Amino acid sequence: MTPKDHSPIIIRAHGLTTKEYNQIKKILDRTPNITELGIFSAMWNEHCSYKSSRKWLKELPTEGNQVICGPGENAGIVAIDERLALAFKMESHNHPSYIEPFNGAATGVGGILRDVFTMGARPIAVMNSLSMGSADKIETKEILRGVVKGISHYGNSFGVPNVGGELRFHASYNRNCLVNAFAAGIVNRNEIFYSKATGIGSPIVYMGAKTGKDGVGGASMASESFDSDDKLNKAKRPSVQIGDPFLEKKLMEACFELMSSGCVIAIQDMGAAGLTCSSVEMGDKGNLGIFLNLDKVPIREDQMTAYDIMLSESQERMLAVIKAGHEDQAKKIFSKWDLDFAVIGNTIEEDKLLINFNNKIVADLPLKCLSDQAPQYNRPWTSPKRKKLYTDIPSITIQGAIEVLLSSPNHCSKRWVWEQYDHMILNNTLKRPGLDAAVTRIDKTSYGLVFSCDSNPLLCSINPFEGGKQAVAECYRNIISSGGTPLAITDNLNFGSPEDSEIMGQFVNCIKGIKKACVELNFPVVSGNVSFYNQTDGKSILPTPTIGGVGLIKNISDHTAGTINENDFYYTIGKTDEKTTALALLTELSQTPIENINIKVNLEEEKRNGQFILYLFREKLISSAHDVSDGGIALALCELAIINDLGFIVTEGSTEYFFNETQARYVITVNPSKEKELISLAKEKDVHLTKLGVAKGTKLCFGQNFLSLAYVNDLYHNVISNMMESKNNLN
Amino acid sequence: MIWHKETTLPKVDLVVLPGGFSYGDYLRCGAIAAKSPIMKAVKNFYEIGGFIIGICNGFQILTETKILPGALIPNTNQKFICKDQDLIVANNKTFFTSNFEHNKTISIPIAHHDGQYFLNGPEIEELEQNEGIVLKYRDNPNGSIKDIAGVCSKNKRVIGMMPHPERAVDKELGSISGLRMFESVISNF
Repeated sequence: MTPKDHSPIIIRAHGLTTKEYNQIKKILDRTPNITELGIFSAMWNEHCSYKSSRKWLKELPTEGNQVICGPGENAGIVAIDERLALAFKMESHNHPSYIEPFNGAATGVGGILRDVFTMGARPIAVMNSLSMGSADKIETKEILRGVVKGISHYGNSFGVPNVGGELRFHASYNRNCLVNAFAAGIVNRNEIFYSKATGIGSPIVYMGAKTGKDGVGGASMASESFDSDDKLNKAKRPSVQIGDPFLEKKLMEACFELMSSGCVIAIQDMGAAGLTCSSVEMGDKGNLGIFLNLDKVPIREDQMTAYDIMLSESQERMLAVIKAGHEDQAKKIFSKWDLDFAVIGNTIEEDKLLINFNNKIVADLPLKCLSDQAPQYNRPWTSPKRKKLYTDIPSITIQGAIEVLLSSPNHCSKRWVWEQYDHMILNNTLKRPGLDAAVTRIDKTSYGLVFSCDSNPLLCSINPFEGGKQAVAECYRNIISSGGTPLAITDNLNFGSPEDSEIMGQFVNCIKGIKKACVELNFPVVSGNVSFYNQTDGKSILPTPTIGGVGLIKNISDHTAGTINENDFYYTIGKTDEKTTALALLTELSQTPIENINIKVNLEEEKRNGQFILYLFREKLISSAHDVSDGGIALALCELAIINDLGFIVTEGSTEYFFNETQARYVITVNPSKEKELISLAKEKDVHLTKLGVAKGTKLCFGQNFLSLAYVNDLYHNVISNMMESKNNLN
Repeated sequence: MIWHKETTLPKVDLVVLPGGFSYGDYLRCGAIAAKSPIMKAVKNFYEIGGFIIGICNGFQILTETKILPGALIPNTNQKFICKDQDLIVANNKTFFTSNFEHNKTISIPIAHHDGQYFLNGPEIEELEQNEGIVLKYRDNPNGSIKDIAGVCSKNKRVIGMMPHPERAVDKELGSISGLRMFESVISNF
């Protein structure tokens, strides 16, 4: 019997346009039933189909000698050596984290960990990039408190170190916070698992937690804008999942045992759009059909429909295609870990997704059309018009400017956040959170891995092309500052509605900038995620492409750990251009919106200076290196002084000189005995070197003017805790 | 490593209950683990005078099984705290601290949400009389009564502590005070 046509309300509630709905009817040559409509909705929404972004994502460079697996699998993989590889990815959990901060953020961590261990990689590090609303809003504090607690709860319990990340505040993230979670894991190159199903009649097995109604329609929710009526947004709470890190830990260990038993053909975690997306993906990649018997799916609550089971986003679940005849052996592993295990279907020859429930076929769809024929849009886009005018920095002393920056939630220490994360577990964290990129060592090797995540939303909003370039370049610089050779990145692209041509223009130009920087710096994109519709009441967030980068230190004894000694000389690497905007300072001081920013990324210089720093590390010529980014040389110096508990004396200069954000620069320290060699090497390699001063004492001296180290230390470390712990905020 | 569903211990000199989140710790920390099959064997091991070390979650399990006195409740700031922590060796006459001078300050990381040690008045007196306080915090991070970071049983053969000595065994990572503790154990056997 052909089902009745669905009402426009039902169609819209599934995030489909009338045109898309008609396309579905044309493909099927009939009306889809409600389960089928749900399946289409899950596969065709923005979150799963990348329908607005795919055209542009294709342009990103994804190849290189170091790349083993580029985008399209659960995570990207790069080679560490002939034997080892690193799997990593970053993914957003923005919408759920706004609706329910604790569980939204927690399951964001859970989801990204699953992406990594699905490929056979054991997680060794996570990071988080958080963008929150105005720091003075009570709601921001509530969200931040919940998000940090959620991340801490999941990661700490699972047992993976959280080694770094970012936290920024800006009014554009009011009621639309961003939570981007990164995870990385180690895998043997000959033990990587993919999601391509093979063999007709291979059993499909369900593993892990039971299926409940939580998260039904989550992926569709993540593809919508928020409503002006906050009650409606909070009403979406049931579509946020609840995480169970202990179950996930067990699931990982059980999956690894299953993988080493040799019976896994393909494996896929159930993330966004749950059973639907994971089964379709494995069939699609292997050019096979899928038969599922939902009566066999372990369920947690009564009265679940086929629709609920197919769309549930209950956490900690995995789907695998295994070799026939190994079902009992597999089941044994999962009983040992007290986890559910069920054979719920098999691969079939026909291009079909065939679903049985209560002994009836409830969905019968051509499988390929769910991914292949998903709509692809070439959305109209326009580049932002910039005013010629540059805003000058209001008159301020250097000490005054330092006080402004260090007491700003955007530039102060984020210790309040990372002290809540176990950043030491596994006993491999060589460089803890707080400065530049984190470093962890790999057990039983001489290797160190370097991790950083970076974005510059303000620059992206005014000059998205340079902003895209800058995010990649800053990540590159951070990795180099910690002694790592940059390997590859994952990109997490957070934007407003792609249906708005200006927002689409931000997206397109950011991608172009990212592409340019990745090509020039040999820093390919191996995985990523796009999050559109980050807007409330038509007001969009700042364009926020978060770049998560990884680097490799071949020999950790080369890693100088960045300890500055008294009497070391301070130098800048890279030429300073005083006309470059002092963006961080300007943002803090300016009474009016900033209309133009003069920040340009010279990629050739990035490469030359970066490679020079790595050379200096290898030759043990410098005692530390730190990248110059927000707040220019001044903030870089202050951070180094605070972390090393050692003051400095530098020559006088203008506020413009100390705070401008010229790119491709580093602040380094060198032992006086090695100064000559440094100078001659810089000349030889055509690198611009400027002497700043000397590390000394307990004051930060700019010529005759100074601030005491104890004072700035206090400013820097207490901003967030004062903001979060102040009694009158607790309501 | 012994699986939680085992009911007997092999012949061992020392049992270590490490840190972590046992069974997810969705009840009071360590409460479910205290009822796990293997813990019966650990209790027997204690009763026959066996040596036991409980670290972090292991300490919580030892108080939940009543092998050690007191309870560990959420930190006063209601947050997980992960950082290097200065400790004072309050009793160096145990198999785990004998390599240290009395009252020496050492640095060992902490990483816990429920590390606030609590005991009632009379019990505290008893603990002090028995020289049961082994480690104390400098700048108490979690609100523990009397700054207590680690305690031992009356027979001095069971030690529980919230800080993680196994995270302080390698110069590359920072402190090696934890290594000294494990060396104490070896020199006492």
